[in-house]
Amino acid sequence: MTIHNLYIFSRTGVLLHYAEWNRQNKSGITNEEESKLMYGMLFSIKSFVNKISPLDPKEGFLYYKTSKYTLHYLETPTGLKFVLNTDNQSQNVRELLQQLYSQVYLEYVVKNPICPMNEPIQSELFKLKVDELMKKSPIFLNRSL
Amino acid sequence: MVIYGVYIVSKSGGLIFNHDHNVPKVDNEKTFGYPLNIKLVYENKKIVVSFGQRDGINVGHILTAVNGNLVIGKELEDGKDVFEMLDDEKNYPINLKFSRSKMTTNEKIFLASMFYPLFAIASQLSPEPRCSGIEILEADTFRLYCYQTLTGVKFMVVAEPTQPGMDILTKRIYELYADFALKNPFYSLEMPIRCELFETNLICLLESVEKSGISSV
Repeated sequence: MTIHNLYIFSRTGVLLHYAEWNRQNKSGITNEEESKLMYGMLFSIKSFVNKISPLDPKEGFLYYKTSKYTLHYLETPTGLKFVLNTDNQSQNVRELLQQLYSQVYLEYVVKNPICPMNEPIQSELFKLKVDELMKKSPIFLNRSL
Repeated sequence: MVIYGVYIVSKSGGLIFNHDHNVPKVDNEKTFGYPLNIKLVYENKKIVVSFGQRDGINVGHILTAVNGNLVIGKELEDGKDVFEMLDDEKNYPINLKFSRSKMTTNEKIFLASMFYPLFAIASQLSPEPRCSGIEILEADTFRLYCYQTLTGVKFMVVAEPTQPGMDILTKRIYELYADFALKNPFYSLEMPIRCELFETNLICLLESVEKSGISSV
């Protein structure tokens, strides 16, 4: 089990934070382009899910799985989007994302008055805490290399 | 145990087959007094609930009938404008019927070709090398299984999230496709599948899976 990388997007699609821990494959495009591609894909998936769903969706899109990795998605009612790529065996990633939102983002970005909203997060403390939370989680620890 | 639908997408991204299996109908009828306590807007030639969900009428539902008369666009069958009617206090109490919008064939084709780039981007954005596209996509109301064959045809099954064995089912549908569509001399590749035998066998398969699980096939 392992965590690959993390994207945090604002309501308008600005990449607030990107972090990676264990990434073998580079996509071959710049980080900025990649984040735009990622946001565009998520946006499309959201509308795709809304249309194809047989019943009224509440939370909507939760995750998708490919042969090598799983992309977990959490969107808050304010439109903040958390995207975490892990391997396929990881469990309870949703709770980890909730924690990331309530224990790290809220505490170190929202409660930090000099952290502007809707702009990439500069705070070193925040970056440190994200790293700490991820490395603490059992998903990260149990990685088999 | 519900399977909602089956889609087959060709190598070039076109929808070549689709079958709605068990799509639940979401219908709600309610009598309203003046003033109306939900907000309706007109978009995409439909009257849609935009705010104020209550009694099973959710945001995104479409107004289908007023006092039993069908709504077409923003007018009733007899040509009366629905919004004028709703604004007039004399018409109350009024009975409105709402339902969740059904996908038209055109929308299905549109969605199928929309899935194609999503599938490709998912493999491009992969943190691991040599990764496939989306195999399972889960939302809170359904789970979509996608199986891509070596020849590039995609078999997609939309089912309840708890339904097990759907990945095997996609492969069984592939077998049916190989047997009844590809061996049909009147079927040309990349074109919509209109083979009666394929359809009857597929329905048979879906029903037996729903009844007794995947182990029976």
